[in-house]
Amino acid sequence: MDVNLPEKYRPIIDAERCIKCRKCIRECSFGALRFEDDRVKYNGGCVSCLRCVTICPTQAIAVREVDPQFTPHPVFDEKVRRSIIAQANSGGVLLTSCGTDKEYMDIFSHLLLDAAQVTNPSIDPLREPVETRTYLGRRTGRLPMRDGKIDIEADMPPIISMDMPLMIGHISLGSVSYNTQKALFSAAKDLNIIAGSGEGGLHKDFYGFSDWVCSEVASGRFGVTADYLKRVSSVEIKIGQGAKPGHGGHLPGEKVSELISEARMIPKGTDALSPYPHHDIYSIEDLQQLISVLKESTEYKVPVGVKIAAVHNVGAIASGVVRAGADFITVDGLRGGTGSAPRIIRDHAGMPIEIAIATVDQRLQEEGLRNKVTLCAGGGIRSSADMIKAIALGADVVMVYTAALVAMGCKVCQQCHQGICAWGIATQRDELTKRLDPDIATQRVTNLFRAWNEELREVIGAMGIDSVESLVGNRDRLRYIGPNHRIAEIIGVKHSGEGWG
Amino acid sequence: MDHRGRYDRVDDMGIRSHMAFDERRYVVEIPHSMKYQMGSCGIAGAINVNGEKIPGSMIETMITTMAERENGLGAGFVCYGLFPDHTDEYCLQFLFDDDDARREVEEFMKDWVEVEWDEKVYTSTNFIRIAPPFPLVRRYFALPKRKSVQFWMQGLDDDDYIVRMVMLINAKIKGAFCVSSGKNMAVFKGSGYARDIAKFYDIFRYSGEMWLSHSRFPTNSPGWWAGAHPISILDWSVCHNGEITSYGVNKKYVEMFGYNCALLTDSETITYLWDLLVRRHGLPVEAAAFSMAPQYYSEIERMGSQERELATRLRMTYKEAFLNGPFSILVGRGDPITMIALADRKKLRPMVVGRADDDSEFYVASEECAIKAVNKDTSTWTPKAGNPVVIKAGEGLVRTGLEPPFQGVV
Ligand code: SF4
Ligand code: SF4
Repeated sequence: MDVNLPEKYRPIIDAERCIKCRKCIRECSFGALRFEDDRVKYNGGCVSCLRCVTICPTQAIAVREVDPQFTPHPVFDEKVRRSIIAQANSGGVLLTSCGTDKEYMDIFSHLLLDAAQVTNPSIDPLREPVETRTYLGRRTGRLPMRDGKIDIEADMPPIISMDMPLMIGHISLGSVSYNTQKALFSAAKDLNIIAGSGEGGLHKDFYGFSDWVCSEVASGRFGVTADYLKRVSSVEIKIGQGAKPGHGGHLPGEKVSELISEARMIPKGTDALSPYPHHDIYSIEDLQQLISVLKESTEYKVPVGVKIAAVHNVGAIASGVVRAGADFITVDGLRGGTGSAPRIIRDHAGMPIEIAIATVDQRLQEEGLRNKVTLCAGGGIRSSADMIKAIALGADVVMVYTAALVAMGCKVCQQCHQGICAWGIATQRDELTKRLDPDIATQRVTNLFRAWNEELREVIGAMGIDSVESLVGNRDRLRYIGPNHRIAEIIGVKHSGEGWG
Repeated sequence: MDHRGRYDRVDDMGIRSHMAFDERRYVVEIPHSMKYQMGSCGIAGAINVNGEKIPGSMIETMITTMAERENGLGAGFVCYGLFPDHTDEYCLQFLFDDDDARREVEEFMKDWVEVEWDEKVYTSTNFIRIAPPFPLVRRYFALPKRKSVQFWMQGLDDDDYIVRMVMLINAKIKGAFCVSSGKNMAVFKGSGYARDIAKFYDIFRYSGEMWLSHSRFPTNSPGWWAGAHPISILDWSVCHNGEITSYGVNKKYVEMFGYNCALLTDSETITYLWDLLVRRHGLPVEAAAFSMAPQYYSEIERMGSQERELATRLRMTYKEAFLNGPFSILVGRGDPITMIALADRKKLRPMVVGRADDDSEFYVASEECAIKAVNKDTSTWTPKAGNPVVIKAGEGLVRTGLEPPFQGVV
């Protein structure tokens, strides 16, 4: 009873150029191509992952978006009708992946940065130091004194020093391949930043990276053992994720390979669905207890943080989380990525990260907590410009994931949940995972973030700022240029044209 | 006056000029268009460490020698050791727009403090090139009312209590501004050239162990008496030349501790930072200065282990107190009377220190000419970037600004 949906993409093969090596056919993990009648033919089902395009030695392939075939309709647009048909076919919840592709207002693009002119000099990072060292963890707010001197032997809460205000977000082994995670971890090590482990524990091969890994304790508690907790630089309790606030982790059975079944201690091929809430956290007091338990079991040696999805009441929730003892708090915005999520929730629940950062920063300041906690924020950070704006809005650390995967080869085709990623990233199939060379991937991610950090230095230098902490929450250096000045009010940014005086 | 009855503004050469931004001049009320004050400036300070008094004329000479650093839109002086007969009481010096504002403040203060003595501060508008309106200036020598409901409700120590009261008055009472609230000191400031402000208050009639002064070259604001420097809370006063690029961060930080930034300027947050870090958090001056103008991590790596630990802890804990961007500041504090001079960690604004050959007096100024104008027999030097100079009455030169950052602290 399935109704065929019209094709969205179509690979076009230039017969003149094609040397019939059939590489594309082997490379297309979506089975969209075949060799017949002495030429490459199209089967249908192309998702535009561009694997064949990239791999073709004679550049004979181009993927074209097929012109819309549905009658134009402003309300029942193509996307709406496609969803209805797909849902009528399957009778189930529609799954998708990556961040939302709905065009929610992208506030980053409506923010402009300031620069120094005349009254203060700009700073050239090639000639003068511009610092980007960033700490992750709890701060004491003041230093204890002893005999009229600052007591430098007093215990300080554990804190992590990173070379840039950036961390690689939580991507679990399972949602991505072994090689992918290895590359992310070793990039984090090379850059001296933190990478999130995602749900499911830390593979024993990766114990060497433990100083750069923030381990996630999610509602499924997969792989969380006392031993594992001792092998990480920090622990993060995942309450929610920006792409699917209110939902738990979702690892489709297609991706539960031998390796994953071992790590998560579940049968091969079964869906790994984490509960929506933590079933031992129904209130803030419960969270407080889990934080204490984790601090206790890590012997107070690593910071323990909490990740929440940006939802309408995020300011108050964040302040509660900090009061419950979180050393750092991660806020994940509406446009955050995922390896698999119901489309309905990915596209319709949450809050843009720009607003979330500003409201959380504001709230923590009002409650006198801001100088005690590290605020990490992610979900839709695509470039160093987004990173800089997120910091100026109030984030200490910016969390990035999709961009790291794109650096490795991902084309954001939004098919991760199918588990057959042609780039060897969001898959567990051996023949696909080996496509990703972890060394090259490491190098590419390292290149990307080094470049971002360099751009950060350039930009803050131009603002007359020589250390990134002086940008954190410095909303005076932002101006709004979008259509809705109410947003500017809420995020505490003046409109472009409003000077300092 | 022009045909519409407006007062002309006269520039330094005596030439009439139009006021570009705002034809009104402001005393206490915040200029309606103003959101932020910026500009560069001249600063000068002099301290006698032997307990002798420095006459107001000396500081006037210092600051007016650098007259090309100002444009007539703000200048001020602060004198320490001014009231030997009132050393125990807080001297609350106010600018009022009118008598109503004065009455309102007096009414408000009744619940909070016991006024031991109050007096009109001498002012004169003769021979000055400042257009009206002029403020009413009055000072109150007061002590917290320990037995009052207010004192009990606030539950603060004396200093914090006075800070709270001053913040409330400055935020709530229109037309009144408390320009200084310390013991044995007072601030004299306003909108005009330094030499006119000196005449307005007749600072020549005063003398004290330490004077700081400031003249402004604001780039964006109409004249505003309350907004001029020095900016003061309790016995702290700050004269600031510079523009802080981290203002948004620093302002939010001090606001978190209950300071109310009413003057729309980075210099105000600097004043509150000193009060917060040194008085409330108990940091030694060197550590507070390091927090505001920290060394680079690359330099910190090269320090000895103890210094490195302290430096790292300070940078981590007080990252919001870091003043980024160009500045040189003169900070005054009473009991013991202390002068602190600090430039930013890249030293993007000038500052020269002078030492009288007989070691009795010390001077700090934006330019050396200001020092040589009052005492030729001085040796001068420029302190290092981000390195505080500390001079204490009774002790002398405690820090030259050339030492390692934590000498004597760890
Ligand atoms: S490899 Fe990717 S782009 Fe090429 S045909 Fe297959 S699905 Fe389409
Ligand atoms: S990881 Fe693979 S499947 Fe997922 S969006 Fe990227 S290319 Fe597509």
